[in-house]
Amino acid sequence: MTSPSAAPGGGRRPVVEIAGVSKAFSARGQGAGRVEALVGIDLSVREGEFVSLIGPSGCGKSTLLRIIGDLTSPSSGTVTVNGKSASRARLDRDYGMVFQAPVLFDWRTVLGNVELPLEVMRTSAQDRRRRALDNLALVELADFAGHHPWQLSGGMQQRVAIARALAVDPAILLMDEPFGALDEMTRERMNLELLKIWDRTGTTIVFVTHSIAEAVFLSTRVVVMSPRPGRISAVIDIDLPRERSVDTREMDKYFHLVTEVREALRGEERRDIDARRVAVEGLSG
Amino acid sequence: MSASAVVGPVSVGSRVATRARDWGPSVLLFIGLLAAWELTVRVFGIKQFVLPSPLAIATTWVTYLPELYAAARYTFLEILAGLVIGATSGILVGTLTARYRSMRESLMPFAVAASSVPILAFAPLFNNWFGLDQQLSKAMVAAVLCFFPVMINTVRGLTTVDPNAVELFRSYAAPEVAVFRKLRVPNALPYIFTSLRLAVTLATIGAVVGEYFAAPRASLGQYIATYSAFLNFERSWAAIVFACIIGIGLYLVVVVLERLVMPWYGRDASR
Repeated sequence: MTSPSAAPGGGRRPVVEIAGVSKAFSARGQGAGRVEALVGIDLSVREGEFVSLIGPSGCGKSTLLRIIGDLTSPSSGTVTVNGKSASRARLDRDYGMVFQAPVLFDWRTVLGNVELPLEVMRTSAQDRRRRALDNLALVELADFAGHHPWQLSGGMQQRVAIARALAVDPAILLMDEPFGALDEMTRERMNLELLKIWDRTGTTIVFVTHSIAEAVFLSTRVVVMSPRPGRISAVIDIDLPRERSVDTREMDKYFHLVTEVREALRGEERRDIDARRVAVEGLSG
Repeated sequence: MSASAVVGPVSVGSRVATRARDWGPSVLLFIGLLAAWELTVRVFGIKQFVLPSPLAIATTWVTYLPELYAAARYTFLEILAGLVIGATSGILVGTLTARYRSMRESLMPFAVAASSVPILAFAPLFNNWFGLDQQLSKAMVAAVLCFFPVMINTVRGLTTVDPNAVELFRSYAAPEVAVFRKLRVPNALPYIFTSLRLAVTLATIGAVVGEYFAAPRASLGQYIATYSAFLNFERSWAAIVFACIIGIGLYLVVVVLERLVMPWYGRDASR
């Protein structure tokens, strides 16, 4: 499926290996018993890859991300990160997390926010400062080190959150719709920024998004998911050149890939609607 | 979020001007109200025992300053002791309650119920328990009044944290101590200071009203009660002015402390 030239990072060692992961929540109050959030997920992410998880609400893409990051545990199946269990990887501080909200702390300066994970890790003050400043420079916010979060725009706040996630030198960066709350123009600029950062750091990234355009533009692979029960319905290699710019969005290849992802999503949607219709008819019949 | 982020130094002159603009209207209103009060009393010939005029109160205040000051000092000590005892134990018990789920579940409903009980009704009993003319009995009324709001707000502040922030700390594999020190405590500070503002008012009320029931003559509560009984209302009012000064003064101390401890807070909200 994956040709070595098409997927950068192809052939490199896997950072994340997910095997037979399922997750069920007990549905409260509906008498429905358990909700299958994820069923039979197999996925492997290789070093340096940029993998996007895309799908409609309720397809379990955020849950999958949280399982990888050991913020929640799977009902069955295994997650291996760098050859360790996910919880071991978390204790070894292998993760960088970025949420949709920047989650910056008003009582700390921008620099203080980026230093926070290093403080928790008991890095020496000197080292902490250096690494925080380096990462602020990486997201081009070195001049704002002394500012407080409320003095920054939404896009800048999210860049601080990225710098903070990168400060611990994570083996893998987990991003849960990080640009979902930003306007379209800021979002496109942030996409370019993120690619630049990815290019310079070579970090492995797993990225959850609602946006087809964003997924195709950023990723080396797009994982299309579908709901009820949450599962992977297609994995699409994005064989665009690794160097991407504003022009990439105007390439024929880009359009084809966007269409491919859209159709994969729509196929799932149609199947889902059909399934529900059958269910409704079954009830009324 | 407001866009008026202050970046760079602000000249002292413009800061004074800003202060004047902020406080001007309130000060003018205050003076206007006093003038209207004075005028009403004079024009309608309102009797001293119904409502003394502000000037009369001020004159009395100056005349009896030494004994008023002695009474105020006595009461102030009660208020301060009550505040320290009530707020400290409130923060301590609140912290323990936030830490242990079992304590939260058993204690919180009780605390919320207790905070809506008219604790002042117990003031005569406190006099009985801690000594009729003891400062301690009034301080304890003040302390109990302060305790519940401070405790409840401490619990709320320590537990009402952004779930995303908790996950962030979890992703750092942060020990519980780090979560407490670097997330829960700073998160709780605004809640605690809000309750402290309330506590200074409650402590003042608790001490003064506690003194109504039993206290030496040289205390604000007894001063007010005694001269009211003698229909010498200017002197009661003069003592009330002292109680107000203490209440407002302590409130301002809390506000200043708040600014010092959490300089970041309230910067993006209009005051």
